[in-house]
Order: sequence, then C-alpha cells, then structure tokens
Amino acid sequence: MAAAAENLRTEEIQLNMGPQHPSTHGVYRALLTLDGEKVVGVENIIGYLHRGIEKLAEDRTYTQVIPYTDRLDYLAGMLNNLGYVQTVEKLMGIEVPERAEYLRVIMAELSRLASHMVMVASMALDLSGWTAWFPPFRERERILDLFEMACGSRLTVSYMRIGGVAADIPPGFLPALESFLNDLPRMIAEMNGLITGNEIFIARCQGVGKIDLETALAYGITGPNLRACGLPFDLRKARPYGIYDRFEFDIPTLNNGDSYDRFVIRLLEMEQSARIIRQAMDQLPEGPVQAKVPRVIKLPRGEVYHQIEGAKGILGFYLVSDGGSKPYRLHIHSPSFVNLGALPRISIGGTVQDFVVNIASIDIVLGEVDR
Amino acid sequence: MTVEGIFTGIAAYLRGFLAGAPPWVVTLAMGVLYLIGVLAFIFLNALYLIYLERKISAYMQQRIGPNRLGPHGLLQSVADAVKLLGKEDIIPRGADRWVFIIAPILIFIPATMLYAVIPFGKGMVPADLNIGVFYFLAVASTTTIAILMGGWGSNNKYALLGSMRCVAQMVSYEIPLTFSILGVIMLAGSLQTSQIVAAQGKVWYILLQPLAFIIYFVAATAEVNRAPFDLVEGEQEIIAGPYIEYTGMRYALFYLSEYANLVSVSALAVTLFLGGWQGPWLPSWLWFLIKVYIMIFIFMWVRWTFPRIRIDHLLSFNWKVLLPLSLANILVTGVGIKIYQLLTLGRW
Repeated sequence: MAAAAENLRTEEIQLNMGPQHPSTHGVYRALLTLDGEKVVGVENIIGYLHRGIEKLAEDRTYTQVIPYTDRLDYLAGMLNNLGYVQTVEKLMGIEVPERAEYLRVIMAELSRLASHMVMVASMALDLSGWTAWFPPFRERERILDLFEMACGSRLTVSYMRIGGVAADIPPGFLPALESFLNDLPRMIAEMNGLITGNEIFIARCQGVGKIDLETALAYGITGPNLRACGLPFDLRKARPYGIYDRFEFDIPTLNNGDSYDRFVIRLLEMEQSARIIRQAMDQLPEGPVQAKVPRVIKLPRGEVYHQIEGAKGILGFYLVSDGGSKPYRLHIHSPSFVNLGALPRISIGGTVQDFVVNIASIDIVLGEVDR
Repeated sequence: MTVEGIFTGIAAYLRGFLAGAPPWVVTLAMGVLYLIGVLAFIFLNALYLIYLERKISAYMQQRIGPNRLGPHGLLQSVADAVKLLGKEDIIPRGADRWVFIIAPILIFIPATMLYAVIPFGKGMVPADLNIGVFYFLAVASTTTIAILMGGWGSNNKYALLGSMRCVAQMVSYEIPLTFSILGVIMLAGSLQTSQIVAAQGKVWYILLQPLAFIIYFVAATAEVNRAPFDLVEGEQEIIAGPYIEYTGMRYALFYLSEYANLVSVSALAVTLFLGGWQGPWLPSWLWFLIKVYIMIFIFMWVRWTFPRIRIDHLLSFNWKVLLPLSLANILVTGVGIKIYQLLTLGRW
C-alpha cells in the first residue's frame, strides 16, 4: 500500500473553458489549471468579441457613434447611450430639456432592471436552477416591450440623442410602465422563494468567490459587486449626473462580498430602481424632448471624461475632440472589463463548479469587455 | 380474458402454442418474447417520458412545451429520435476507438437487464429470481463502468471530469441505497421481488420504513444522475460530461438508458415501498404503472425545482448524513422486528 502510494503520481490538467461554453456568458475563455476538480490557476483570455468600437468611433460623426454604444453592454443599451451622450453634452455644454432628462432616467433605470434580471436569471441557470430563469425573463420581456414602444428597438435601442432623446413616449407607455412596476415585487418574491432561500443555492454560493473590500478596491471593482462588499458607493448618489440628485433612493449594501451577496444585492437594487422610476413618473413634466442642436455637431477642441453608474459598475467615456465633427479619440472605461480582472483572484482554490458561479456572480458582458 | 389477465393470458396462450416443442425451446422463445416486451416498454417509455419531462417542465416554467408535431406535440419525441438516427456518427480522432464504441452498448444492456426482476403485475415478473433485489443492485452498479468507459474513451477533459465525478458519486450513493433497501428486506424476509410485493398485502412498507423510503429516493436520484445530483452531466460546468463527444444513435443510447434507469428505480421504489401492483378495483398492471408514473413525476418535480449540488457537498452529504441515517434505520428496524415478535409470539 505504501509503495503503491509512492508510485501514484497526480498531474494538473489544463482545461480550456470557452470561448464556446454555455456558462462563460459570451465568448470569454478561461484557461483553467485543475488539480482534480480544484481550480489552482485561472488565466483570463479575452478579445473574441473585439470589434474596435473605439477606433470605429474616430471615423463616425458624434451622432453616428450612439448605435455603437448599444453594442457595448448589450443588456443595458440605454445606460451606454446615456453615458455617451452626456459625455458629448458635457463638452458641448448644452442644456437638455426637463422632459428628456426624466425620460432618460426612466429608460436608464429600466435598462438597469433588465440587466440585473438577466444576471439573476442566468446565475440561477448556471447553478442548474432552470425554473428560476423564467420569472426574471418574463418581466424583462415587458421592459423590452416598453423600449420597443418608445423607440422601436428592443435591445440595440439608440434612444438617446445628443441634446435629448429620439422621440417622445407614446400614449400607452406610462400605463404599461405602471403595470410593470406593480408586478415587479411579485417577480422578486418568486425569485426569493425559488432561489435565494434554497438550501442548495445557499450552500453553493455563500463563501464562494469571496473578496474583501480592500482587495475589491485595489482591483477597481465598482457597481453592485463593490456594494456587495459593504461600501455604499454609487455614482448616482456620490457624484450625481443628469437629474439623479432629485430622487430619493437607498444604496443597498451587503457585507460578505461572496457570490451569494452579489446575487442578493441585484434583487435589492431592483427595488431601488423601481423607486426611482416611480418618482420620475410622478414628476415627469410636459415639454420638448430635444434641445436645439446644430445639424452638424461640432465639439470645441478639448477633452472630457464623464462617468455614470452603469448596470455593472462605473461606465466612463473619455472623449478627445480636435474641433471637428468626429471624435479624435474615444476611450471607454467598461466595468465588466475591470470586474473580470478579479475573477482569477476569487476563483483560485474553489472547484470548477465554483468557477461557474463566480463568472455568473460578477456579471460580465463580453460586448463590454472586448469593446 | 379479463383486463387483469391480458398479459398473463397472452403468455399462457403462447406457451400453449409451443406446447409440443422441447422445454428449452419454450424457455428460449418465452425469454425472447419477454425481452421484446421489455424493450418495447423501455422505448415507449423513454420516448414519452422525454415528452412528459418537457411538458411538465414547461408548465412549471409558464411555457407551453412541444405542441407542434402531432396533437399536443405528441409526436415530437418520435421526430427527435428519427433525427438522431440520421445524424452523422462521429468518432473523435483521439478517442480510444473500441472503448468509445462499446460504452453506449454497455450502458444500455444493464438498463434492460434490470427489468427482468420487476413485478409488472400479478404473476408478471419476467424472471422471478429468488435474489431479485440483489440482482437489481448488482446489475445497476455496472452502469458506472460504462459511463467511465465513455468518459475515458472520448479523450476529452470535460468527459474525463464527468466520468470521475460519476465514479465518486455512484459508488458512494450505492451504499445508502443498498442499506435503505435492507430494512425492507428484513421486514419481508425475502430478496424475491414478488414475495416483497406479496408481503405488503396489509400495509405498504412506506409506512413502516418512511426514513428508508426518503433515503432510497435521494440515493436513487443520485444513482440515475438526475438533478440536483446530475453532476455527471453538469451541463453548465462540464457540458454533458462523458456524453460530450457522442453523436447520433450512440448519444441516443445514453439518453435512452438514462430514462430506462429512471423507470426502473421508480419501479423498484413502487415494488419495495408502495405495495407493488396491489390496489383495489383496477387491474394490477395498471396500478403498477400508475404508481410508477407518480414516482417519476416526483423525480421530475425535484429536477425542475432544485439547483445542482456541489461535488464535495454531494459526497459529504452521502457519507455524513445518508449513511449514518440508513445504518440507524437498519438498527431501529431490527430492534422493532424483535419487539414485535416478542409481543405477538411471546418469544424472540
């Protein structure tokens, strides 16, 4: 027996997880080094969805860049639109009409809801909780229907314009939004009943992919992932942009910074987004939805950086203008890219199954990682 | 011929038909016929259990499920099976050719053999062995080897991970499975399935052995690789595990034996705990089928409700919870039997 044990040799294996894999949430590849089921090494390999959006923007007019931003975080198109147009407006110095500002807030928060819904649904699915996929997607469908009412598109919306929004909302929009908001608590309750309180789910997520606040800050993690570590930092409150200072909402925080908290924080944030939308609906003024802007938009020479609270963290746009009608340089600071950087750190030491949970819980979108 | 005796009547008629032939011819011919009957049962069940699974999951998830082909989509599984038959049969270049080819056959054979000892109705056991339950467990455990062969032969890392999980899981869960059945065997005093059913004439063993039934249910779920214990397939992590490289009919055989095993563990549960084919009014085989499908429905219900468990939790749950519980169950059963004997017979 002793001799046999001496002759036994174990070897680490390298496993290419992705880019074609059901749980990598897109064309992300992880080169895992495995010791049996245990993950001892993770290497992030990205770039499979690189479309050169930043470079493409240099050859498009400022308005033509808007559709490209839809394709960054394609689960929250409105938020990307918002970040970009506010960047341009900041350098131009235009005032956006009140009604457009409110519509932007409604759309942006709906986008955040949609993105969080995809996150909770797909995280449940990655743990094989098939049934839990459906309540969030059922409600998300209604958000997409609302987007379709407002701008004709469901996913790649391109709704925001420099100086306003593309069109005013149609008459049926607000009642549909109202009924959606009324049904939202039911969906959250369903998720809590089916997944959040499930013994197996808790056992698989609590303590998995744990990251403490200091490490999270060192990695530059932002958004819900950071708030799950206990820091109540949200740009909507910390550095309000647009008209976010007019709304009353809380920043939910949790303390463990594990996959379970990252899941639960999304459900909590959904409630807050719904609160903001309700207030915006009540305060929604009448008026134009588009400011007067020149037909050919030319920005003054200069540079500007603007960041908003995206669905996955801080979404920043850095724009350099040479005074022409096209951006000289556009750089996008995408939260998914930054958050993905911490994935190896939180995954080493867990199992392959934990790794899948970790990918789902940090909520990456490859359109944004690769740009 | 009554409805009750429809199958036994057919068998008796065929025996009479072969009356003049030598005995070994009769035995062989009847054996072949039983096999055909069992295979027909398995194929029909697999086809329609897939349909049922899709429908049940659909209704649980606010969907409609297959509804295009045939009335209520009843022909969907048939079409899928035909499609699988027409698929290209791919053997990966790096695969261990023979192991890869034999694995799906090897997994299907025990799945079929299990049905030999299932009492489908009164006097309807294909082969009423006196060690029936033991035979069932022994044959069922060979499935592990076939899955390991498939995973190893595929020469794929996901498949390897899956088959390693399979060995760890199935070997562990066989122990509480066997121990939970032991309680029933102690009560019935027999390993013969027909005797165990007969012994439940007054009271079903689920009432005398509730804990054993729960342990059996959990261990059986793990044994047939169904959620939340479907780690072998682990669709989200190791993408169908050992089956990842299989295509067409070879893949279908894995699928088929999975559903065949689901039916057989449900049938064993009915035999051991739910009084087998016994029940009032309806014919015995119909009672048996009703109980089996209720069991299968519960298996499906569990599958579409729970997320998947993690491998280390799976093993520690087995060794630290199920195994001690099943041992305690045996102890309590033994003491209970002795006390009962003391009370009724006045002696140990």
